[in-house]
Amino acid sequence: MTVQAEQRPGSGLEAEPRPDDVSVETPFRRFVSDFLESRIATAALAVFAVIAFIALFAPWIAPTDPYDLAQVSVLDSHMPPGSTAFDGRVFVLGTDGAGRDLLSAIFYGLRISLGVGVMSGIIAMAIGSVVGLAAAYFGGRVDTVIMRIVDIQLSFPSILVALVLLAVLGKGVDKILIALITVQWAYYARTVRASALVERSKEYIDAATCLALGHRRILFRHLLPNCLPPLIVVVTVQTAHAIALEATLSFLGIGLPITEPSLGLLIANGFEYMLSMKYWISVYPGVALLITIVSINLVGDQLRDILNPRLQK
Amino acid sequence: MAGGETTLAVEGLKTHFFTKAGVVKAVDGVSFEVAKGEIMGLVGESGSGKTVTGFSIIGLVDPPGRVVEGRVIHDGRDLVGLDDEQMRSLRGNRIAMIFQDPMMTLNPVLRIETQMVEAVLAHNAVPAEQARDAARDALGQVGIPSPDERLRAYPHQFSGGMRQRVAIAIALLNRPSLIIADEPTTALDVTIQGQILYEAQKLCRETGASMIWITHDLAVVAGIADRISVMYAGRIVEQGTTADIIDQPAHPYTRGLIGSVPSRNTRGDRLFQIPGMTPSLLNLAPGCAFRERCSVADDACLAEPEPSRPLPGRVLRCHHPVLDTAQ
Amino acid sequence: MTVFIIRRLLQSAVVVAVMSLLVFVGVNVVGDPVDMLINPEADQAEIERVIRDLGLDRPLHEQYGYFVVNALQGDLGDSFIFGQPALQLIIERMPATFELAIAALLLAVVLGIPLGVLAGLRPDAGWSRTIMAGSILGFSLPSFWVGIMMIMLFAVMLGWLPSTGRGDTVPVLGVEVSFLTRDGLSHLLLPAINLSLFKLSLVIRLARAGTREVIHQDYIKFARAKGLSETRVVLVHLLKNIMIPVVTVLGLEFGGLVAFSVVTESVFAWPGMGKLIIDSLHELDRPVVVAYLMIVVLMFVIINLVVDIVYSILDPRVRLQDTKA
Ligand SMILES: Nc1ncnc2c1ncn2[C@@H]1O[C@H](COP(=O)(O)OP(=O)(O)O)[C@@H](O)[C@H]1O
Ligand code: SF4
Ligand SMILES: [Mg+2]
Repeated sequence: MTVQAEQRPGSGLEAEPRPDDVSVETPFRRFVSDFLESRIATAALAVFAVIAFIALFAPWIAPTDPYDLAQVSVLDSHMPPGSTAFDGRVFVLGTDGAGRDLLSAIFYGLRISLGVGVMSGIIAMAIGSVVGLAAAYFGGRVDTVIMRIVDIQLSFPSILVALVLLAVLGKGVDKILIALITVQWAYYARTVRASALVERSKEYIDAATCLALGHRRILFRHLLPNCLPPLIVVVTVQTAHAIALEATLSFLGIGLPITEPSLGLLIANGFEYMLSMKYWISVYPGVALLITIVSINLVGDQLRDILNPRLQK
Repeated sequence: MAGGETTLAVEGLKTHFFTKAGVVKAVDGVSFEVAKGEIMGLVGESGSGKTVTGFSIIGLVDPPGRVVEGRVIHDGRDLVGLDDEQMRSLRGNRIAMIFQDPMMTLNPVLRIETQMVEAVLAHNAVPAEQARDAARDALGQVGIPSPDERLRAYPHQFSGGMRQRVAIAIALLNRPSLIIADEPTTALDVTIQGQILYEAQKLCRETGASMIWITHDLAVVAGIADRISVMYAGRIVEQGTTADIIDQPAHPYTRGLIGSVPSRNTRGDRLFQIPGMTPSLLNLAPGCAFRERCSVADDACLAEPEPSRPLPGRVLRCHHPVLDTAQ
Repeated sequence: MTVFIIRRLLQSAVVVAVMSLLVFVGVNVVGDPVDMLINPEADQAEIERVIRDLGLDRPLHEQYGYFVVNALQGDLGDSFIFGQPALQLIIERMPATFELAIAALLLAVVLGIPLGVLAGLRPDAGWSRTIMAGSILGFSLPSFWVGIMMIMLFAVMLGWLPSTGRGDTVPVLGVEVSFLTRDGLSHLLLPAINLSLFKLSLVIRLARAGTREVIHQDYIKFARAKGLSETRVVLVHLLKNIMIPVVTVLGLEFGGLVAFSVVTESVFAWPGMGKLIIDSLHELDRPVVVAYLMIVVLMFVIINLVVDIVYSILDPRVRLQDTKA
């Protein structure tokens, strides 16, 4: 397997088509083996799996519960990485201003950051897909109006859209979810519409229409599955973007409330200690955020390459 | 060859592309000579290595390609192995090239003037004014009306034929001793083709430049060339004077090519087509590359045919050439 | 052409109207207007007076009309904190933001185009891969965190550059600018780099993609066949072709820089309108928030409009399409 991966040309400029593989592959296995071809992407996927695991099971694997007042002592505050508390515990990444174990806080923060990011991505994808499918399927006026709205919204940067919404709605988990969904849905709508238009022009949709299958059946059973490949790529890119945006908004103090200490809030907390060289309080949550976003983006890059050969240059 | 001085002698030229899929032997042992003032036609189907031959001569083979063997002797000097600066000072100066698609050869965002003047200044330390005059004269020479105005224009304001004239004017700017014209009429309308062909021939005679006229169309080259080299799968399979090649083709491939030239006699009939396709030059099997398509192939053809000189001025690469004059 | 411009103008007007409605409804329906528009420290009589003044006892559509009429006259309310008209506050902060955004844009172009072209010319070289890896990071890294790291490294640990504020300014044509004083320039450097990182990555990618496309064009090979030096081929023939798309995209991106300066200004305490709106959000200074949003939206609509029109002048195909529709 690895040998084969080595021999396969990467994204070079070969003029001749590469010799066809002899083995018969199912589309899914082909997809998996194509993905594993890139060592960086495979590593990124593994890293992301670890992060997702930490996020899911933070309460069970974190050394302490940083928000359980019984386990936190202000006497332990601002301790550098590797310090030992008077009760013998070791703070691998040090403690924050309130004496919380930073490693545990990061585990819990990942849980919130990833949770909010992924949830907003899923809802936005659902909304955007339905809207995009409707635009492609009904065409005409419906399409024109929907795509105008999409174009106009996408002409504004995400941070501005989020600012408008948060200024109007205020703070809160639900509010930031709404903002993140609003920022993302248009990308999904545009992607789904584009690939649905291509699919719609193919014969089998005509056939389905002739068979008088219902709109909904045609849309969801026939059109949607064929829009999946580009959608998967957009999901990764947009989720990474949503996580970064949430962190940014929370850092600015207009995102999540302090009761939901995501990575962005942890970084914001550490910012005030930066000038006194207590760097770790800001740096380590930032590193966690960075690893999360970069790993998702690298996975997304590889997915784009294998799912959309036209983009391969 | 015809007694005069030799402008260019290509000897055993091999240009290979080292792709990830394998080695593409685009040019694999090509030899020919071009005498002073002579027009040599290089003919072959698409993909036979004509363009790569041209680029090998002027040292512009793109990676992963490389001249791996052979010599290119120009005015007594071997160009293979010259350094970049020596090669640059030759290009567009002593050896000029005209490309196939005139819509693509001129830079769309630069004025014609800029593109001509820079070609003069690249090789001559003259004032810009003088370079501009040279550019204007060259435009006039290739039959472009009101050249002064046209200098200020951008390429998209010209038709395809006009652009090819500009490209020819650029090639002529520094009075080269050799012009390589790579299918310069292929992308043009038939009427324009005729004009350009006539113009190029005339200019070549006037300036005394030698020319390599590359084409896949034997009919085009028959009217202009003094001698013809027929190329197939990276090799020259037959070479001779235009009259010899047209009247007495000896190589089965050349005979096939001539069979597919429309003429008065064949009008209305379906053109004879050589069956099959040009082989891929990637990992080409040994033996005669034309074997799969040749009607007279036999076991001898599993071995590579060596070049032979059955008649004066004639080169052939075939085990079973047709050397009678029954045609 | 005129039809095209009129259509675009109408569309822009609709966008601005929708935004004003959104902000208005947001303030008046979702939130409590009294809460939002009146200084929380006012007493009962004052509240009633303001309610009457603002017409809050009127039906909603009348109120909206009132808001629009005032807005059109440049009256977007007074700041609770500063007691000044909100619009004036924002306009005062504008030069700082614009200076930062322009500096970031220049950095992105001046560094991004050469880096992108280099990476495009030798895509397999080690340093090309480094440049591209850097640009992936530039896209992925949240800029606020990079800003913090920059402060930590260059201000706190190395002590080379100041971490906050705008430094000394001098007036140019009545506008205070930092970049002309040594102190101001040293204050400008870190925030400008921070703000430019994302666009820098974008320019690198655009320039690289453009280079890889253009370098294989016949006209580049023809330029070489003319015997031009490699320097001239790259600096004139290649660069001129990739500049057009890069500059077009950057024109569109300027608004994005202004919007994202919210983050950079907050990290570096740069006294521009981005920091103002975040402060105002924290201090519940709603009139300033509303005014900022209206102004930035208006700015975006104008930028998009201008880019659209300029584009349609440059590219006849866009025009054709639109008159047919
Ligand atoms: N950059 C390249 N990489 C790999 N192979 C190439 C490259 N350029 C040309 N070739 C190969 O060289 C062969 C000859 O091409 P060319 O000289 O353009 O043919 P012609 O001009 O006779 O139509 C073709 O088979 C082509 O595949
Ligand atoms: S060598 Fe044999 S196969 Fe090749 S052309 Fe001659 S006869 Fe045909
Ligand atoms: Mg060719």
